[in-house]
Amino acid sequence: MTAALGLAGCEFRIALRNRWVAIVIAMMALFALVLSAAGSAPTGELGADSLSVTVASLTSLAVYLVPLVALLMSFDAIAGEVERGTLPLLLTYPVSRGRVLLGKAAAHLATLAIALAVGYGLAAGAAFAVDADAAQGLPALWRLFWSSLLLGASFLGIGYALSAVARRPGAAAGLAIGLWLVLIVLYDLGLLAAVVADGGGAFTTEVFPWLLLANPADAFRLFNLASSEATAAAAGISGAANAIPAWQALVSIGLWPAAAFALALLAFRKVTP
Amino acid sequence: MTSLILSRLTKTFGRETALDDVSLSVAPGERVALLGHNGAGKSTLMKIVLGLIPADAGTVEVLGEAPGSTRARTQVAYLPENAAFHPSLTGEEQMGLYLRLRGESPREARPLLDRVGLGAAATRRIGTYSKGMRQRVGLAQALIGRPRLLILDEPTSGLDPVSRREFYAILDDLAADGAGILLSSHALTEVEARTDRIVILSKGVVVADDTLAGLRRNAALPTRLQIAARPGAADEVAAALQAGRRNGVTVDLVCEADEKLDRLGRIAALGPLVEDVEIIPPSLEDIYDHYSRRESR
Repeated sequence: MTAALGLAGCEFRIALRNRWVAIVIAMMALFALVLSAAGSAPTGELGADSLSVTVASLTSLAVYLVPLVALLMSFDAIAGEVERGTLPLLLTYPVSRGRVLLGKAAAHLATLAIALAVGYGLAAGAAFAVDADAAQGLPALWRLFWSSLLLGASFLGIGYALSAVARRPGAAAGLAIGLWLVLIVLYDLGLLAAVVADGGGAFTTEVFPWLLLANPADAFRLFNLASSEATAAAAGISGAANAIPAWQALVSIGLWPAAAFALALLAFRKVTP
Repeated sequence: MTSLILSRLTKTFGRETALDDVSLSVAPGERVALLGHNGAGKSTLMKIVLGLIPADAGTVEVLGEAPGSTRARTQVAYLPENAAFHPSLTGEEQMGLYLRLRGESPREARPLLDRVGLGAAATRRIGTYSKGMRQRVGLAQALIGRPRLLILDEPTSGLDPVSRREFYAILDDLAADGAGILLSSHALTEVEARTDRIVILSKGVVVADDTLAGLRRNAALPTRLQIAARPGAADEVAAALQAGRRNGVTVDLVCEADEKLDRLGRIAALGPLVEDVEIIPPSLEDIYDHYSRRESR
């Protein structure tokens, strides 16, 4: 474990020096503040406190931003070591490839956690400033925080797998962006088109819920919106969210990080230095 | 226990044979030099020993363990050719990480960097280091713990002559402590007297495995005798010795190793005609050339 901690420490230091930590925090803070400013107006009519409204907006933001940040941090993890020529020496040390990945993941996850805490903290602060009842939304905010970390962990694992498969940082970056586009943007558009074309048939009732659960980003959105009525009301999609129970979405976002890391380890083991 | 045993090792990449039926061993405390041109198979052999790539055939025993196993890795240190590190870390931080990976205290980083002469640059980022300095970081990390076998891939490339001597002094200490050392080089002049045995690899085949004296003897390359004659006596000396070449006052004579004493006796018999005799044994490059070419013929 000292080995993984040592690796994590160095990786975090590198992230600090390369300004990654600063960039990720600034990005999260900026988006959170913009959302709070835009979302603080229409609270009263929905019967929700302002923090729940903020959480609903943050959920939509996190679905895009957390996977993107996770992929940006992880694409270089293995391909970068290969390109710098540092991998052969590292692998002659008595440390398993699993530990190497674990060390890197710990550092990246810590970076993400700091950024999320700053971003969500700022948004919560803004909500408290305009609404005395904002404390009602705190459980939803906490849920959003840890589920965002799980979402981030999933995409970190996927990013490591891509990095190991690509072997070159440039190719890994391309794959990461492509994957983000497919899983986060095109996937939902595709599902929407399919549901519309299906017109309430078997696809919509039988297959569609499973496809939503299969995508970690959709499962994350479902979980956060279905767990809190106030949030769902604020997001205006209570109907859709109720179709799939929250626990199913939770199982999906809980399993994804493990599956992604297994995938990453499998791909990393195939890398011959 | 033998530090390293390779037996009948074969490795091919596609159609290319990188190693062909290679056998060699390194005993504890022994310094073995692995020589060969670029592409002779030195790095491939080392990577197999480290467990980084598998062999196609043959067996490898590293301190009695399988190559790449955790027990082998805890006792083996490696210095890659062109040692590379993360440019954003300082020498001390990078060493701290390597120490932790071997279960040692990161506080050892400074003493180790001092030992390889990098103490003053310890807090600078590795991105600002020269090639020679990176090579020293590589050496420092190979000294962590008490390695029983060191695999050093062209360790002295990029080092100036003074650093090279310091480097070999450190190796002497390690060998005296009982560590087996396998180091590669593409020049015999770099390893000469500082290793116990020399293995020459040519196109994946072991073409020589002997001490330097043994290599010299078996190559049986001719020795040159350079005789400085007294002024005006060069022709007389050349005629007396039936020498093939001469220029000005010196007479050049080439003879086989076993004729050397006889020839020297005849030179001595010329008495006052001769001012000095220089014996020039075959150079290290001549010997290396002899062996590495023998196979390709």
